[in-house]
Amino acid sequence: MKLKQLEGLLGDLEQFSNPKVELEQYPTGPHIASRMLFTAENSYGDITDKVVADFGCGCGTLSVAAALLDAASVIGFDIDPQSLETATLNAEELEVEIDFVQCDITKLELKGQIVDTVVMNPPFGTRKKGADMEFLPAAMKVASHAVYSLHKTSTREHIKRAALRDFNAKSAEVLCELRYDLPKLYKFHKRKEVDIAVDLWRFEPK
Amino acid sequence: MRLIVHNMLSCNIRGVVNKFPLRIEPEKIIVKEVDFNPDFLKHMIAKIDWKALVDGARSMGYTELPDHAPDTTTLESDEPFLRKFHHSLLELHLEEGSLVCSETGRKFPVNKGIPNMLFHEDEV
Repeated sequence: MKLKQLEGLLGDLEQFSNPKVELEQYPTGPHIASRMLFTAENSYGDITDKVVADFGCGCGTLSVAAALLDAASVIGFDIDPQSLETATLNAEELEVEIDFVQCDITKLELKGQIVDTVVMNPPFGTRKKGADMEFLPAAMKVASHAVYSLHKTSTREHIKRAALRDFNAKSAEVLCELRYDLPKLYKFHKRKEVDIAVDLWRFEPK
Repeated sequence: MRLIVHNMLSCNIRGVVNKFPLRIEPEKIIVKEVDFNPDFLKHMIAKIDWKALVDGARSMGYTELPDHAPDTTTLESDEPFLRKFHHSLLELHLEEGSLVCSETGRKFPVNKGIPNMLFHEDEV
């Protein structure tokens, strides 16, 4: 599948109908999602024929992208039942098979080495302080090969240090810097649209 | 929920020793065919908890799996086995039912194929 085709398909997905601000529910746009998964597969072979977990899957954008790139099995994890309903519809619409689990990913212990790759667009910690740093260790415990994650560029040094020192990372690399377009989703948003610099990270667990 | 997912879920309640696997109490099961990928399956044999898979499949009504996975050296030519493995791991869906912790009896409901693994505050 070509990148443009993937981006096009992801653009048709349903997104949050009533986003919950406390969960930092923001859609992962097709531009970022397609590039993230395309890079994971084309540069590193981490998606096709692999078991891929999507932490904080929301409406399932990254999960669907992984499935479209022929992951052998995709599992989406999220705490919010409404998002999971939308994610289920999205998977049906695109005719891909994805398993979903409702849980608090920071409290769930996944057994064994079944998951090869974790992909995620975790909360940035703007509502619940430190939320960005809860998803990462959870992902590092589960992935046997690689974790792909988005974090604000402003937190780059902090993330790198934490990953290598505390979260069992053998390597922590920024693959590229992307602009995350956030449309005005919540009442407290003053500007019509805002652009945040985010890093696409690849971490390898030891 | 397919058995590949069941094979990683455990009961994280504080103090529980026998967390895995969760027992399956099915109410509605559906079967959805997916493409057979023998290379992927051979790669998975070593990673799957075999007993959990066999017991899980049995509780979903599929009894064709052997008690032990065959020797990996013979897998190359054992297509009938790989087909059974494929079917149990990836084609059986628990749509409605529960996952039950063997130690505490705590039930995690499964609705529309999605298990609810949220713990209560006092459990973790």
